[in-house]
Amino acid sequence: MRYSGFRVIAEALTGHKGWKPVWRDPAPQPEYDYIIIGGGGHGLATAYYLAKEFGQARIAVLEKGYLGGGNVGRNTTIIRSNYLLDGNEPFYEFSLKLWEGLEQDFNYNAMVSQRGIINLIHTDAQRDAFTRRGNAMRLHGADAELLSREQVRQMYPWLNFDNARFPIKGALMQRRGGTVRHDAVAWGYARGADLRGVDLIQNCEVTGMRIENGRIKGVETTRGFIGAKKVGVAVAGSSSKVMAYAGMRLPIESHVLQAFVSEGLKPLIDGVMTFGAGHFYVSQSDKGGLVFGGDIDGYNSYAQRGNLPVIEDVAEGGMALMPAIGRVRLLRTWGGIMDMSMDGSPFIDKTPVEGLYFNGGWCYGGFKATPASGWCFAHLMARDEPHKTATAYRLDRFLKGRMIDEKGQGAQPNLH
Amino acid sequence: MIIHHPILGPRDAQEFVYLGDAALMNRPDGMTAGIEEFHDWLYNRDNPAGEHQELWYHEQGDRSWLVVTRNTVTHEITKVELARDVARSKGRSK
Amino acid sequence: MTQSNRISGGQIDRSKTLRFTFDGITYQGHPGDTLASALLANGVRLMGRSFKYHRPRGPLTSGSEEPNALVELRTGGRQEPNTRATVAELFDGLTANSQNRWPSLRFDAMGVNDRLSTFFAAGFYYKTFMWPKTFWEKLYEPIIRRAAGLGSVTREEDPDEYDKGFLHCDLLVIGAGPTGLMAALTAGRSGKRVILADEDFRMGGRLNAETHAVGGQAGADWAAGVVAELASMPNVRLMTRTTVIGAFDHGVYGAVERVSDHLPTPAPGKPRQVLWRIYSGRAILAGGATERPIAFENNDRPGIMLAGALRAYANRWGVKVGERVAVFTNNDDGLRTADDLRAKGVEVVAVIDSRQGEEVIDTSGRLGLKSITVRDGKGRTREIAVEALGVSGGWNPNVNIHSHHRSRPVYDPTIAAFVPGAEGPPGLLVAGAASGALSTHAALRTGRDAAVEALGLTGAAELPEAEDAPVRVKALWHVNHGKGRAWVDQQNDVTVKDVKLAKQENFTSVEHLKRYTTLGMATDQGKTSNVIGLAIMAELTGRSIPETGTTIYRPPYTPVAMGALAGRSRGKEFKPFRLTPSHHWAAEQGAVFVEVGMWLRTQWVPKAGETEWRQSVDREVLATRKSVGICDVTTLGKIDIQGTDAGAFLDRVYANTFSSLAVGKCRYGLMLREDGIVFDDGTTARMGENEYVMTTTTANAVTVFRHLEYCRQVLWPDMDVQLISTTEAWAQFSVAGPNARKLLQKVVDQDISDAAFPYMGAGNITVCGGMRARLFRISFSGELAYEIAVPTRYGDALLREMLARGAEFDPIVYGTEALGVMRIEKGHVAGGELNGQSTALNMGLGKMVSKKKDSIGMVLSQREGLVDPDGYRLVGVKPVDANGRISAGSHLLEKGAAVVAANDGGWLTSKVYSPHIGCDIALGYLKAGDRKIGQRMRAVNLLIGQDTEVEIVSPHFFDPEGERLRG
Repeated sequence: MRYSGFRVIAEALTGHKGWKPVWRDPAPQPEYDYIIIGGGGHGLATAYYLAKEFGQARIAVLEKGYLGGGNVGRNTTIIRSNYLLDGNEPFYEFSLKLWEGLEQDFNYNAMVSQRGIINLIHTDAQRDAFTRRGNAMRLHGADAELLSREQVRQMYPWLNFDNARFPIKGALMQRRGGTVRHDAVAWGYARGADLRGVDLIQNCEVTGMRIENGRIKGVETTRGFIGAKKVGVAVAGSSSKVMAYAGMRLPIESHVLQAFVSEGLKPLIDGVMTFGAGHFYVSQSDKGGLVFGGDIDGYNSYAQRGNLPVIEDVAEGGMALMPAIGRVRLLRTWGGIMDMSMDGSPFIDKTPVEGLYFNGGWCYGGFKATPASGWCFAHLMARDEPHKTATAYRLDRFLKGRMIDEKGQGAQPNLH
Repeated sequence: MIIHHPILGPRDAQEFVYLGDAALMNRPDGMTAGIEEFHDWLYNRDNPAGEHQELWYHEQGDRSWLVVTRNTVTHEITKVELARDVARSKGRSK
Repeated sequence: MTQSNRISGGQIDRSKTLRFTFDGITYQGHPGDTLASALLANGVRLMGRSFKYHRPRGPLTSGSEEPNALVELRTGGRQEPNTRATVAELFDGLTANSQNRWPSLRFDAMGVNDRLSTFFAAGFYYKTFMWPKTFWEKLYEPIIRRAAGLGSVTREEDPDEYDKGFLHCDLLVIGAGPTGLMAALTAGRSGKRVILADEDFRMGGRLNAETHAVGGQAGADWAAGVVAELASMPNVRLMTRTTVIGAFDHGVYGAVERVSDHLPTPAPGKPRQVLWRIYSGRAILAGGATERPIAFENNDRPGIMLAGALRAYANRWGVKVGERVAVFTNNDDGLRTADDLRAKGVEVVAVIDSRQGEEVIDTSGRLGLKSITVRDGKGRTREIAVEALGVSGGWNPNVNIHSHHRSRPVYDPTIAAFVPGAEGPPGLLVAGAASGALSTHAALRTGRDAAVEALGLTGAAELPEAEDAPVRVKALWHVNHGKGRAWVDQQNDVTVKDVKLAKQENFTSVEHLKRYTTLGMATDQGKTSNVIGLAIMAELTGRSIPETGTTIYRPPYTPVAMGALAGRSRGKEFKPFRLTPSHHWAAEQGAVFVEVGMWLRTQWVPKAGETEWRQSVDREVLATRKSVGICDVTTLGKIDIQGTDAGAFLDRVYANTFSSLAVGKCRYGLMLREDGIVFDDGTTARMGENEYVMTTTTANAVTVFRHLEYCRQVLWPDMDVQLISTTEAWAQFSVAGPNARKLLQKVVDQDISDAAFPYMGAGNITVCGGMRARLFRISFSGELAYEIAVPTRYGDALLREMLARGAEFDPIVYGTEALGVMRIEKGHVAGGELNGQSTALNMGLGKMVSKKKDSIGMVLSQREGLVDPDGYRLVGVKPVDANGRISAGSHLLEKGAAVVAANDGGWLTSKVYSPHIGCDIALGYLKAGDRKIGQRMRAVNLLIGQDTEVEIVSPHFFDPEGERLRG
């Protein structure tokens, strides 16, 4: 079923009787060519591109809960490609380009909205660093601008310009950055994959892997054994747990990141804004809620919930930047499990087990990467060689000393 | 969270800085171990969903490094020890 | 019209009259009123508009679960969007306006959405607005964004203060209804420290809204008596207007006390709200229950409210919502509303009990309820004219806080509701209605028993007599009738049809239902809608309610003002300031300051007539290089390291060797992280056989100290080495320039001639006739230079003494800008180069990493990616044309190469104008830079359109042989 404005009107006039399920609920087959573990954004995108771009068939996505219930369903919806390092920037720019054509590609309105992102500058050293970054972005074909204090003031005159502990001195802006309706990304990929014959199997938790002579044979699940020629793992915060089934230890820690949304408000903030001096970033959803976040809580956690100090810390950043929001109310908090890697950058790589592939280590930046992650993981799984924009995301990069450390914090995941 | 400091009693976790898995105290000897051994020690983690021994530093307190045994699913803390004692018990010296 | 709907009784103070305005019209109410009760007393039912269809709405509830009656309270910087009229306490002069309507509440142009609602079914926007591609940002989305949102935000700063506090108790009791009061009383009488918190401004909970007797007196009076007794106990803290917002780890609860929201403005010196962090030994959730509606056609009109709310308005506030009232219920509790209203003389024209086969199937009245249509068990319908309808679908225990650690509630069919499940927050007990014990007697009993259990008390107080009616409910989630819309989530306009559509499209998981239809995502967090929605989904899918499950309740329990969460950390007080010892002197001179982490440092010190910062900075540099300049470097981290293993310890933590350093000398040290990347640098002096003084960079003072403690306690626990941070203990000044020694000799008591105190010398000295001090002959400017330290409180005096006694040398004080110029002229790495991504090799300091000893980072610094001969190397960069401009952050490319990433050679890390050299100079990292000295390249800054031919030079622009600093 193809979605369109005409269809919406026609259905509205006939009582919405014609809408079909967005996906089937198939029973698992005994064997597939490809199994993707994890029905979050990355897993669903991988299945979609495997089927659509790489012409593969007999694909299943195994999800322990509900589709889109991973971090794609609990994030702050930001897309951008404002990365510094050569290992990252081409990949994220590829991802941003895929976002730009995504809705027409999968025929689902995910509300990709390029209203721009600004990273505020508070010190000369930050301006120097952002100048380096902005130039790196431009060299890679992305867009970047340096805004003066006055330009920022014209955009948001009600920010704290006159009584700030850390004065606003300008901003790095990427106009093509923005936000996307996160759930719709999962649903759009799921629907697109389902239409192409991918079996999306919910409530099917992987409990083990069958590996014989160094080669993957399939996975044990709560719904029985399912055979597969190739298995791709895209389970974010559960990466260590699932890869342990293959006997692997990963350069990853799982941490909790809290995020927040305010009550619905009339328009206040058009684009996305980050306040580096205060561990705070914010945008406003189309429904009117301010969506904001800050640092991870900082300790290993699988609890999917955080503690009060970080909530306060984030609110302090918000109030320091936006003194007018004192009476705006925080509506909802949530916590997701972040697969924090040792250099803050992800992995899309083969493993020592033949036919087993790993995608993870996205830290809290996985949402914006969803299309490219899916595409590049599909590329790797279908062709057994990395996509040209994802050649640096190797699991052996720490052994080789080829870290991709945007923040320069070293092997300490909670600082990335 | 509240950490029961073995010397100072219950303290808010906000007074502490977190480092990570207490296995980090098992640093190889740089004069005998090579890159591979150091790499595995520094970068790879068990990252368990469950009981986890981890290093916390009482930065806004007495500057003790502690080994805290905490469940990463429930956040329950079952044991807190001075890291120095744990290190010695593992044979670390000079 | 003056309080036309006010009836007798209630807990309001009729002796005082309060005036307030709503949408510009002035009304009257009394102390004890909420905005909603006062408006209802004045016959106003219409208070808001819904989110999507802009349906006219009045209050559904009398509490914090209110989805409909949201207003903008107050004006100016205090304007508060989305305020629930049902909990806003009335005060004299209160101003409120309706929101999300244009041009007025009665005539809202966006009400057209309601007529077009068939086009706005759940998730319709996911299926359209995709063509043409650019129209989303340009057309569709701007329209949606303008239409969306509820209340509007002021652009003015919130003028009120907020604060934070910490409380400790043996027992926290959440909720002061019969359960909480009995629990607190039991615990309070035992002498334990008790905190009793309730969101309401009057304790008593439902006892204030009911007519039940407790212990032979009116429930509200019994409650008042208990509150009085609790207030007399020094071990009990009563907190009204205090919402416990969340259960966090290890017995920590967050609570927000609304100190001043019931006042026109906070009293002088008082905050508007306080965020409390409550550390509890144990806690009891006594949060009561929330009534839920029943979905039927047009069940959202002003005048239709929960039966318990209708009763509360009558009993607590002395308000009838209409002249003719009906009740629609599926349980016995709804019948009480009819009884109570009749007792108050309100005309109850119909009681529709679904258990008798009767149902309300439709209603009429555009801006307020006019009639209901009832269908009896035989299928006959009748229309009844009413102004108010009380609806009761049963009561949902307020399990929310018990679920904050992700415990899933379990379904209890006997009360047709979810009750707390297993494994809630450790230490938290649930009692009373929150646990599913819905009678008053059960509340009192379970409240008492929970306190006894929580505190391990022996013996329990007698319970007062109270009603103990069984719950008689027959689940009814929605009325199956017709084609109209029946609201499930009133604020977000989610109807039964939307739930059906979600089912039809296979969004059947409760999470999918929530996300696809937005059910339960409004400001009320679905307190009155979630359970109905999932129950309908269960019905549609043929699954049981337990199989269908619930979504997760998360903090906060009710929405919390950002100001309260931020407390005092705003404006300039966002973070503390650290001031240097020379701050006051510098301020007197009119110095310009700059934020450096937490520090405020002198950036430059302008002299009269200087209008451009460069004039001041150039002068400071030239004067220093010509004669002498002084700079406050107190911000550098300073660590005293002592013990018989101090030298061996330093050998481990520094890449280079310190155990061989002679006493009385200092050495530049390079510290790596374990991954081989440079962590920090600084000089460390050996002050005695077993005594060293380390300096760190300003930025890493804290992290280096933490790291050293880690090495000492965890890695090498038997090393005899002690550490203490002395950053705050010593004021330290750099004194640099050809006349540095001469100036210093004016204050230093000992001989500091080159022979007595050679280059890289260090020692304890005295100044000004006996004041203890430390002197280090080190230089980061390339000049003859020292760093002199005195106890911090003498720093200001030392600076003034040096300037006074050395006046003949025309000393100047220079700031961080001149400091930066001189260190770059000399090629010393600092912030821009110490970026956490660079190795010693990158910095041209590879030889400093000794492989003869084990040190942090030594092994992993040898990984192949870090020893690439073509990797980045530190270079100096200057424009070929002295007038050419370059920027920090510019990238270096070969001349003639296309400006693309493949040709990216490196970048400039730091750039200054060098008055000494007479042009811009920079440091930078360049691939194979050590082999490119003398080459010409381009420095490109695309962000400002700068493309400058540059020469790659040695990073040591100034005195590369180091003759001056040894002079």
